[in-house]
Amino acid sequence: MKIAILRFGGSNCDLDVLKALNNLGAETELVWYKEVLEGFDGVIIPGGFSYGDYLRAGAIAARTKIMQSVREMASEGKPVLGICNGAQILSESHLVPGTFALNQYPKFICRWVKLLKIGRSPFTTLSSEILNLPIAHKEGRYVVPPQLFKELYENDQVVFKYVDDNGRPTSAANPNGSRDNIAAVSNLEKNVLAMMPHPERASEKLLGSVDGNAIFESMIRYMNTL
Amino acid sequence: MLFRAEITIKLKNGMLDPEAATIKNALSHLGYECRSVKQAAIFELEFEADSRQNATDVAEGMCQRLLANPVIHDYDIELV
Repeated sequence: MKIAILRFGGSNCDLDVLKALNNLGAETELVWYKEVLEGFDGVIIPGGFSYGDYLRAGAIAARTKIMQSVREMASEGKPVLGICNGAQILSESHLVPGTFALNQYPKFICRWVKLLKIGRSPFTTLSSEILNLPIAHKEGRYVVPPQLFKELYENDQVVFKYVDDNGRPTSAANPNGSRDNIAAVSNLEKNVLAMMPHPERASEKLLGSVDGNAIFESMIRYMNTL
Repeated sequence: MLFRAEITIKLKNGMLDPEAATIKNALSHLGYECRSVKQAAIFELEFEADSRQNATDVAEGMCQRLLANPVIHDYDIELV
């Protein structure tokens, strides 16, 4: 079982993801976007500022050749996880519905949030109901056309919501103005997950939370069932 | 033939534009009260195409495949 961690020009959470996965005993490999993506059972697109967020966050990376291989892995049912800029790249690649637009208050936010697990996802089978993870983004406001929004719930594609300490998705708990407090969405088949919060930044006690590990552990467990 | 296209990309009507809202506030600080402020990105491109129709198709492709995000943007192509 081997997980690829993609690197684009401007990726900067690649080594954090690598460390978090290695802590869990996973076999990993960093893959530069010009290399061939082959022989992997899952792939993670880490956070950062690929190509300086030129045009739109994730727009340029989404059009690179390696994303065609990611698309193929996704269609084979392999798990694909996009974190922060990785989530933006997945939405720009149309691998998940909707898009991540400029925050309602247009500044970079870096802070801890509480997340409520919604529905069933192969990335959350081992996680608790409420997770404590950090966000760090300027373009994280989830936007989705009305028809697709309805389908998201009908098809159980909402995976995390921003909530308050009591687990309620209030507007005060919504850090960026995301539609319906949505922090993470999946594709129809559930094997592609785009999430704005950073699980790798909550992977060791020293960091203040280990809630992120459950996401990676769930992904690894899912890979073992394939 | 060489064509020059001016492509304008803007948010769809009704989409929240936090940057434009901030600019509207700043204008207000200077004494300019606006009912609304919208901003857009303009791309000026020069490229070769066989015909005017072909040039329009090429520009259309650029918008659909990269320059605009269909979830939030409308675009306008003008060949000059």
